Amino acid sequence: MSDVRESGADDTVAVQLLTPDGERVEHPDYAYAGTDDQIRDLYAQMVLVRRVDAEAIALQRQGELGLWPSLLGQEAAQIGSAYALRSQDYTFPTYREHGVTISRGIDPLRLLAMFRGTETGAWDMARYGAHLYSIIIGTQGVQSVGYGMGLERDGLVGSGDPERDAAVVCYFGDGATSQGDLNEGLIFAASYNAPVVFFCSNNQWAISEPSERQSRVPLYRRAAGFGFPGVRVDGNDVLAVHAVTTEALDRARSGNGPTFIEAFTYRMGAHTTSDDPTKYRLADELEHWRARDPLSRVRAYLERTGAADAAFFDEADAVADALAVQLRRNCLALPEPSLAETFDWVYADPSPELTEQLARHREYAASFEEAR
Amino acid sequence: MSDAAPAPVRTMTMAKALNAGLRRAMEDDPKVLLMGEDIGKLGGVFRVTEGLQKDFGEARVVDTPLAEAGIVGTAIGLAVRGYRPVCEIQFDGFVFPAFDQIVTQVARMRWRTRGQVPMPIVIRIPFGGGIGAVEHHSESPEAYFAHTVGLKVVSCSNPVDAYWMIQQAVRSDDPVIFFEPKRRYYEKAEVDTRGTDGAVPLPLHGSRVVRPGRDATLIAYGPMVKTCVEAAEAATDEGRELEVIDLRTLSPLDLGPVFDSVRRTGHAVVVHEAPVSVGLGSEVAARITEECFYSLEAPVLRVAGADVPYPPSRIEEDYLPDLDRVLDAVDRSLSY
Repeated sequence: MSDVRESGADDTVAVQLLTPDGERVEHPDYAYAGTDDQIRDLYAQMVLVRRVDAEAIALQRQGELGLWPSLLGQEAAQIGSAYALRSQDYTFPTYREHGVTISRGIDPLRLLAMFRGTETGAWDMARYGAHLYSIIIGTQGVQSVGYGMGLERDGLVGSGDPERDAAVVCYFGDGATSQGDLNEGLIFAASYNAPVVFFCSNNQWAISEPSERQSRVPLYRRAAGFGFPGVRVDGNDVLAVHAVTTEALDRARSGNGPTFIEAFTYRMGAHTTSDDPTKYRLADELEHWRARDPLSRVRAYLERTGAADAAFFDEADAVADALAVQLRRNCLALPEPSLAETFDWVYADPSPELTEQLARHREYAASFEEAR
Repeated sequence: MSDAAPAPVRTMTMAKALNAGLRRAMEDDPKVLLMGEDIGKLGGVFRVTEGLQKDFGEARVVDTPLAEAGIVGTAIGLAVRGYRPVCEIQFDGFVFPAFDQIVTQVARMRWRTRGQVPMPIVIRIPFGGGIGAVEHHSESPEAYFAHTVGLKVVSCSNPVDAYWMIQQAVRSDDPVIFFEPKRRYYEKAEVDTRGTDGAVPLPLHGSRVVRPGRDATLIAYGPMVKTCVEAAEAATDEGRELEVIDLRTLSPLDLGPVFDSVRRTGHAVVVHEAPVSVGLGSEVAARITEECFYSLEAPVLRVAGADVPYPPSRIEEDYLPDLDRVLDAVDRSLSY
C-alpha cells in the first residue's frame, strides 16, 4: 500500500497504484485490471491531449483563439476516468475537460472552434455521450442528476444486464464545490439514489483562490455529509483514476447510487490564457508537482518493465504532432459563421417578431452587397 | 383516474382546471412528469397537483428536496434524456435561486446545440399579489423572463385558458414559463374539455379580445384581466365603452389584436402589477407607438406597481392597480 501525502491536505491518503517514479504498487481496495497494451494506449492518449492543449495555447498566443483553458497536468484525471466509461454512459464536462471530450470521440477541432468563436460548441451529444461544456460553474451538478434520473426511468440502471446499464459522470473542479447548484446536485443524487459519479478534479486553484479558501476539509470527505461514498485518488496516476472510476461507475450502473471522487491533481498552467498564475502561486509548488507529472510516471513504468520501446514513444509523439499540424490547418480554415443562421436555433417555434427581425437583418446585410 | 368519464363541460376553479389539464397531459404522454416541493401527497400549497401522485406514482409526480436550482437543473437533465418535465415553483419570489439554471441553461440549450436538444420544460409559477401574504410571496417577476430569449412566457387569466394553456405549454418543444395568477386560483368558470369537438381552444401564443369597446383599449394579462373587465363594466355608467385585451402570452407578444384595437380607439392603457419601469407595459407602449403612431390620440399610459419592493400586505391594496386607478388612467388618456 502506498500513500500520497500532500501539503495543506492534513493526513489524507489518496489511492495510488503507480508512484511518481513509475512503480506499480498495491492498494487494499483498488487494482488496475488492464494490460500493458492498455497502459500504452492510456499513455498515447495523454500525449495526444497534451499536444492538442499545447497547440491550442500556441494558437491563442498567435491571436487565432479568443481564449483557451489549459488541461496541462490533468491528463491522467481526464483520460483515466474517461477510459472507464462505456459508450452508453453520459458525461457532463466542464470547459477544461478536453481529454474527456476527445476520448469520447469528439474531433478536437470542435473545441478549438468554440474558443475561436466560430461555433457555439455543439456536437452530437447523444452520439458521443458527452454534453456541451458547462461554462457557468457547477450548473451541470444538478443537470447530471436529472439525466441519471432519466436513465433510471428508462430502465437502464440496475437491470441486471451490465452491458446495457448506464451511468453519468459529472465533471467539475474544486471551485465548483462552493457553488449551490453542485451541492444541490449532491443532495438530489442522494435523495433519488441517482447513477451519477461526481468527479472533482481538484487542481488546487480556482483561478487565484486556493482550495483551502473554499473548504476546511478535504473535498472527498464532503460526500459523507450527503450520505454516499467519497474517495480521494491520486489524480496524476492514470491507473488509480481508472480503477477508482471503474468501481464507481459499476456501483452507479448496478443501482447502488452515487460516488464522489476527488482526483487530487494540479493545474500546471494558467486558469485560462488570460490568467497570470505567477501573481498568486510559487515556483516551488510548480516544481513539487512537476515531479509528479502524470505522463512521465507511465513512461517510466513502460520503460522500466520493457513494455514499450523507444519506437513506441517516438510513434506516440509523431501521431500527436501530426494531429497538431492538421488541427492548426483546420482551425485556420474554419468557416466564418453568419448571424442569420443563429436565428434558427432560438426557438423550435419562432415568433413572427423574430422572423421579422431576421428579414430586416438580411435586408440590411444585403444593402452592403448592393453597394459594392 | 376516475371510474366514470367526467362531464365534458364542468364548472371549475382555475386551480382545478390546471389540475385537469395536467392530468390530461400526463395521460396523453408518458414522458410528462411533474417535479416540485410538496406537490405529491399534499398536492402543492395551492393544491394544483392534488391527487396526481396517487394516480401516476412517485416516478411521475416527484416530491423534490427544497432546492429550486435542483428542481430546474434536474429537469434539464431529464429533458436531455427525452422527458417533458413540468416544474412547480412554490411562489414567485422563490424562482430566483433557479434563475441561473433558467436563463443560462434552459433558455439557451436549444440555441447552443444548434437545435439538437430542445428543452420541453414548463416552469409553473404562482405569481402576483392580493392574497395577504408575507414578502416574496406576491411578486410579478415576468419581465426578467420575457427579456430572456429562448423562453416563452405566458399567463392564464381564467379557468378555460388555464385548462388549455397548460396542455399547450406541456406540448411545446420550447421552454415555457407559466405564470398562474394566484389570487384567481379559486375563481370559477365553465370549462368545455372537448377541445376540437367542442370549443376550439385559442393557440398558446395569441392574445384575445375579452370585451369589445370603441373608446379606449385596456391591455392586461393574468390577474389584471379581471380588474380591467370590472373597470370596463364600471365605465359604462359614464357611457364609455372600453375594449379589454388579454395578452395571454408575454413572450412572444401577440400584438396584432392590440394594434387593430388601438387603431380604432386611439387610446391605450397597459395594466400590470409589476413595477412600472422597464416592465411589460413599457414594451407594449413602445410597440404600439411604432405601429399605431398616426392613430394615437394620446400617449400610451401605464397603470402598474410603483418602483418599490412589494409592500407589506396590509397596504398591498394601495400598491396594486385597481378599478379606480385604471379608470383614472382612462380619464387622463381621453382628456388629451
